[in-house]
Amino acid sequence: SIRIIKKYTCLNMNYLLLIMIHIGVGLHAVGGVWPMPQISASSPEQYPLNPEAFYFEYGRQSEAQPGCSVLDAAFKRYFSLIFPDYFPGDNLSVCAGQASLKAETVWGALRGLETFSQLVYQDDFGSFFVNKTDIEDFPRFQFRGILLDTSRHYLPVQAILKTLDAMAYSKFNVFHWHIVDDPSFPYQSQTFPDLSAKGAFHPMTHIYTQTDVQRVISYARLRGIRVLPEFDSPGHTQSWGKGQSDLLTPCYKGGTPSGAFGPVNPTLPSTYQFIARLFKEVSSVFPDSYIHLGGDEVNFFCWKSNPDVRAFMQKMGFGTDFTKLEAFYMESIVNITSTLNKTAIVWQDVFDYHERIPEDTVLHIWKGVPYDYTKELSRITKAGKRVVLAAPWYINHIAYGQDWRKSYTVQPLNFSGTEEQKKLVIGGEVCMWGEYVDATNLTPRLWPRASAAAERLWSDEKQTSSVEKAFPRLQDFRCKLLRRGIQAEPLYVGHCRHEYQGI
Amino acid sequence: MNDNGLCVELVAQSSRYGSLWPLPQKVQLSDVSFKLTTSSFRIVDAKESSAGPSCKHLTFLNFSCHCVIFSTSTFVLWATSFEGNECDAFRDQPTRDKQHSPSLSVPVQPFAVLKAPKVWGALHGLETFSQLVYKDEFGTKNINQTTISDFPRFAHRGILLDSSRHFLPIKVILANLETMAMNKFNVFHWHIVDDQSFPYLSRTFPQLSQKGAYHPYTHVYTPADVKMVIEFARLRGIRVVPEYDTPGHTQSWGKGQADLLTPCYAGSKPSGAFGPVNPILNTTYDFMTQFFKEISTVFPDAYIHLGGDEVDFTCWKSNPDIQKFMEQQGFGQDYSKLESFYIQKLLNIVSTTNKGYMIWQEVFDNGVKLKPDTVVHVWIGGATDEEMHKVTGAGYTTILSAPWYLDYISYGQDWQKYYKVEPLSFNGTEEQKKLVIGGEACLWGEYVDATNLTPRLWPRASAVAERLWSAKDVTDISDAFNRLSAHRCRMVERDIPAEPLFSSYCPHEYKGV
Repeated sequence: SIRIIKKYTCLNMNYLLLIMIHIGVGLHAVGGVWPMPQISASSPEQYPLNPEAFYFEYGRQSEAQPGCSVLDAAFKRYFSLIFPDYFPGDNLSVCAGQASLKAETVWGALRGLETFSQLVYQDDFGSFFVNKTDIEDFPRFQFRGILLDTSRHYLPVQAILKTLDAMAYSKFNVFHWHIVDDPSFPYQSQTFPDLSAKGAFHPMTHIYTQTDVQRVISYARLRGIRVLPEFDSPGHTQSWGKGQSDLLTPCYKGGTPSGAFGPVNPTLPSTYQFIARLFKEVSSVFPDSYIHLGGDEVNFFCWKSNPDVRAFMQKMGFGTDFTKLEAFYMESIVNITSTLNKTAIVWQDVFDYHERIPEDTVLHIWKGVPYDYTKELSRITKAGKRVVLAAPWYINHIAYGQDWRKSYTVQPLNFSGTEEQKKLVIGGEVCMWGEYVDATNLTPRLWPRASAAAERLWSDEKQTSSVEKAFPRLQDFRCKLLRRGIQAEPLYVGHCRHEYQGI
Repeated sequence: MNDNGLCVELVAQSSRYGSLWPLPQKVQLSDVSFKLTTSSFRIVDAKESSAGPSCKHLTFLNFSCHCVIFSTSTFVLWATSFEGNECDAFRDQPTRDKQHSPSLSVPVQPFAVLKAPKVWGALHGLETFSQLVYKDEFGTKNINQTTISDFPRFAHRGILLDSSRHFLPIKVILANLETMAMNKFNVFHWHIVDDQSFPYLSRTFPQLSQKGAYHPYTHVYTPADVKMVIEFARLRGIRVVPEYDTPGHTQSWGKGQADLLTPCYAGSKPSGAFGPVNPILNTTYDFMTQFFKEISTVFPDAYIHLGGDEVDFTCWKSNPDIQKFMEQQGFGQDYSKLESFYIQKLLNIVSTTNKGYMIWQEVFDNGVKLKPDTVVHVWIGGATDEEMHKVTGAGYTTILSAPWYLDYISYGQDWQKYYKVEPLSFNGTEEQKKLVIGGEACLWGEYVDATNLTPRLWPRASAVAERLWSAKDVTDISDAFNRLSAHRCRMVERDIPAEPLFSSYCPHEYKGV
């Protein structure tokens, strides 16, 4: 029997996790764990495992006991992951021994279970083994996210759930749901049902109902993953205007409306009433304490063309500086978010345009090459704001060859700044924008390339600086993903014991 | 994050050609529409047809067409295949011949007529017919009065898959053949073995896969597997051309066949490494004779691809026996002469099996003496036009792959770049240009296996499909975008995970995860 000892109650998400796994068996490879644990010691002593006699158990001193939904579900899930294709009745060798897993929070215990599941291996006869190992682990960064874009292409709920499974295998813990954008509005709002009725690709087949959304949130929660919704405005909102007339700015050609629409109209009170009501709903639907408000790539052309907007600019004393108008809008909606007791995350544009935002707003860095984003990291952390780094991890940008190496060798804290500043980098995010991605190619495009970033965000940088050493481990991890039903693409030539059989 | 910065909405519009792909040579449309129901839709052999009910192809297609498309009304598709006994269900293989020319008309009365000289043309015509069917706003299947006259611009329209760098499970190969048929591809170039692994289970030399495959049981193609692929392809009008690439690209061959590869030397001693096939031993040619005898019986196509690309001379140069041989033969230091020596003997061996052969361009470039009906495969980028000019100038039939290496992925709509290729853009006479019989889209396997093959190949390969089938002046990219978007959704609806062209949606999204 393997005993898991839990000391603390089944609480809400905590950022710092301390996990210890003592397992009385031998060493195959702590190299067999991805991402690499912070501290580990292994030995060649090898113990067989018998699925007939294996079980997880809450320790006597654990505050979490049967009834802790997250761990009850996890024990069941990890049993199947550890013993794939196991049918009760198979008689394997008897094992002796005990392993213990200690964690401060239930989320830490989840990570520990994942690590444990990766230590178990099969020999050529199908027998299960785990080696004597001592692991002390914790993530380098608290925020380790994946962005999915369900507006450029609708992603069936199944595809999202599958992604959450794969995220858990790499210890990602934030699902950034870029749920709506220009091309479509699939989120079915209770307050404003027309948004999806008129703005989705199809009002019945290409939407996320409240049930769908709750399903995603609870599925994520059981895997220790936060769901961070993004309702990006004032740009990227074409689809919003279909179901909410007067929300977007009418563009003018000469003296008359051209029929086209631009960003959200920041001059009308109705805009802010709408946003307030929509965000009220969003903040109750999504339990996370953060909301992503977007704020990127606002094109001023349409605002400039509109006489009412120009008049508003004059009235407000903005002159012809439209960044001030954008700032006015963003500041208003960030305030709305604060009154709803949520913290805002916004794209870096908001900071770049010198907008006045609350101290605890998190900035999301997405632009440019290392030269650009390291400067931005310095700038934003110097201003005392927290940042999440996405710029080097836009893996929707595909290229021929082993581009996972680029993701792996990113150095998030390699910028000029004090220790205090560097502490403000709370983590990073892998972005899979959807212009060229949908359920037909999402999984192979995301995995295992995203796992390279996963190790960069979890593990110690010095221990994981060698791409050459990482390659065989990541190849091995990729085969594990295949075994677990994740359609992860190959890194290079080779094979896995169990290939993907489907189309 | 919008890479253009601006809000650019590229939503597919409707093309006046609907979702036809590749675009037929001649299409006459109208607005008159008919409804189709499963209950009363039938495909029958017309009286004049020489393909009878025993014609396996049409029976098969009848069934699958039916399943795939139809759900209404008294509608009859008369399929006619004439010109002799063209449909021997057991023996007939698709050939290089171009005379497929199906003609299809959906006239006023509720029936349609499909005429084709050969059964392969009928297959293509059935696919075209299925592409004319559309759903109206009530979900009912309709088809408009149409007259189509069609034939392919090029006779050889191929896809290369590589099952050596990664093993490809049979299911994936079959799914790909299905998709090829939907796109009117007619040649499956099976690059079955290479350096990394030898999955082909040879009856004569079972050790080749026993020792050379990634795994001797789980990562091999048994004779039954191979037969299945060939027959599955045949029923869809697709030829299977196997490639056994030598003398380079053969590392895996040496595992199960000792003394086949050249031992490399470090100084005066063998280094333990091996190079290309050893061209100086008689045992090499005995082996090749027996091996290709088997290949020629297993694969019914008239052609075998013999490779001959990228031969690295370093190992040959290091081997003292080879150095001696070079002297004896009077080759000096020119190892391409040794390469030619080998290839010449190999070609002679293969000729005795009565097969024609295809070879990569290096074999031609190095001045090897080739039979007149050799097909030269142009693959090296850079000076492609020059090469096409040279090869056709020397009188050889040619197929083009250089601009269509689909394994080279990049961000964005790269299908457009494949679509814009003009195979006959090189300087040459009419006679020369006639020698270009077609081309192949290649999906090399270094970074590809069953997990990502289908979305990587489709619909990008569809761009190549139209370039090889449709008329030269079919170059309107916006119209192509509209038709290809619809064609892509059709593939998805038929459970093929063809990836998207750009932001958009399909009425039926891909269900598998």
